[in-house]
Amino acid sequence: MTLETHEPNGQVITRSVRLVHEAGMHARPAVKLTKLAKKFQAQISIRASNAADWINAKSVAKVMALRAARDSILEIKASGEDAEGAVAALVDLVAADFPDTGP
Amino acid sequence: MNKRANIAGLAYRGRTASIGFAHGPFVLVEGAANGERIAGAPSDEEDALRAALVSAGGRIAALAMAAGGDAAQILEFQVALLEDEDLLGPVFAAIAEGRPAHLAWSCALDEQIADYKSAADEYLQARSSDLADLRDRVLRTLRGGGNESLGIPGGAVICADDLPPSQFLEIDWSRGGGLALFRGSPTSHVAMLARARGIPMIVQLGSVSQRAKTALLDGESATLELDPTSEQVGQFERLRDSHQRNRASARAILRRPAASWGGEKIRLLINIQRVDDLDHADAQYADGIGLMRTEFLLGGEAGLPDEDTQYRAYDSVLRWAGKRPVTIRTFDAGGDKPVPGFTIDGEANPFLGVRGLRLCLARPDIFAVQLRALARAGVRGNLKVMFPMVTTPDELEAGRRLFVDAVAQLQSEGIAATLPDVGIMVEVPAAALSVECFDAPFFSIGSNDLAQYVTACDRTNGSLASLIDPLHPAMLSLIKHVTDHARRAGSGVSLCGDMAGDPRCIPALLTCGLRELSVNPSALALVKQTIDGLSHGGAGV
Repeated sequence: MTLETHEPNGQVITRSVRLVHEAGMHARPAVKLTKLAKKFQAQISIRASNAADWINAKSVAKVMALRAARDSILEIKASGEDAEGAVAALVDLVAADFPDTGP
Repeated sequence: MNKRANIAGLAYRGRTASIGFAHGPFVLVEGAANGERIAGAPSDEEDALRAALVSAGGRIAALAMAAGGDAAQILEFQVALLEDEDLLGPVFAAIAEGRPAHLAWSCALDEQIADYKSAADEYLQARSSDLADLRDRVLRTLRGGGNESLGIPGGAVICADDLPPSQFLEIDWSRGGGLALFRGSPTSHVAMLARARGIPMIVQLGSVSQRAKTALLDGESATLELDPTSEQVGQFERLRDSHQRNRASARAILRRPAASWGGEKIRLLINIQRVDDLDHADAQYADGIGLMRTEFLLGGEAGLPDEDTQYRAYDSVLRWAGKRPVTIRTFDAGGDKPVPGFTIDGEANPFLGVRGLRLCLARPDIFAVQLRALARAGVRGNLKVMFPMVTTPDELEAGRRLFVDAVAQLQSEGIAATLPDVGIMVEVPAAALSVECFDAPFFSIGSNDLAQYVTACDRTNGSLASLIDPLHPAMLSLIKHVTDHARRAGSGVSLCGDMAGDPRCIPALLTCGLRELSVNPSALALVKQTIDGLSHGGAGV
């Protein structure tokens, strides 16, 4: 470990994905997205493209407040040990239109 | 108590959120009680809120487990909020600064609720009741009351300002019952739950000023009757029984691909007043939208709707329809539909005045905004546009020229736009009699206004109801004339008035040659069943 204990290991990963969900970022997709994000240690942020602010992808209130409409482009950014896996998993979830999985 | 409240059988009307009938004890559910709560030291307050959050979360999770399916998914949103550090962080920070737990919690939630309520999207607005549900459950727990159930008898007609989903799930619906809300929305989570369970529900009743022992709730016509007389109960039961018999067989027919009569396919489309009419359970079985009225756009508090507001409404309907045709009627204001800032005041005879297309041509500034929004929406799907109250071919051409100009203007601005097919409503007898003079790709017979003008009866005057008979030979002769011309000319022709949804009129309409009818979504099943009955050796032809 370096002295910079607040700085996570590894680089910042950013990817974009189109929100194909019919109704946009509504309650069910937002719950699924934040639940999945919470499974990772990484710090994960999300924003609707062109928005100025990144918001915490683990906060369902904030993700709903994105008001992201269908066909908007979401940018997902993560830093930390499992950042790469986190971004890949979240991009897959959005691209696959939030499929139902087991409990 | 005023005298009115003592009259038995007071009736209220709202909007349908879930169809069906309920007759049972009347139960009024009051809002959350604002009991006093004495706050402790900040550390006690923090502990109290944490305990309340855990207790509320546990109860919601238990409800979700018991309910399963859609209900569980809806409640998951509330559970996720209880675990949201971005939401709770500021609440606990405020408590550390000396704010009582209940105030810190309700302020944070109220802020979120206000945010959802101000959203333009009705779906997001409806989420505010999920948040209010969560707020109140935690507050009840903090006040030492509340995670308990409401103690409502089975089979009751439950009346409330708005009922949150978790309270809906606390109620025992196994013995039926119904739900009547003063506010609420057909797109709320609780409406989805009610539809999924077949619980009749009506919303937006305004207020119900009276307590009652029993109530009748009719989800089909969106009415609530309190302390009904035995006569009202008898009528309600007859209506309910006949609806149940009809729906059982009609709904099965609805799922079959197409209605046909005499070997020809009959296309059944729907009339909608506003976008969320598409939420009706039967709307999905329609062959398209035969009439989308646009006057609802004129009712906003913000004045006349701008181009984007209109575009979004048209676009969402076209998206819903996919490849199916959608016929949108331009503003039909005037007559019995005055609009401040648009229609002309003080006309001696507004039904014979500047209304429909006449008004739009007189106000090209307002009309141009609608035509631009329609031209943009037309890019999305199978859009047709029709003008109401057309008397002469010159009016159609004048309207079409404005439309062509709007499309050219949009294209010069680099905005995608297209000129849809432009047809006319046939509701003025002069237009019906001279239909061959109109160069239109389709005609839609507006039988309500046509009957009013043909029989010279104000259709809002109840004492003339027996004279304004849609089956008057003059009406049938005009309908046949229009239909014959359209079929010869290769133009489309349909009928979108109340006649189309009236089983009594359907044999005559088919005999006149109509093969396309547009009806309210709630009439779709009955109409399809009627046509099916005629085809199978019924009283048709």
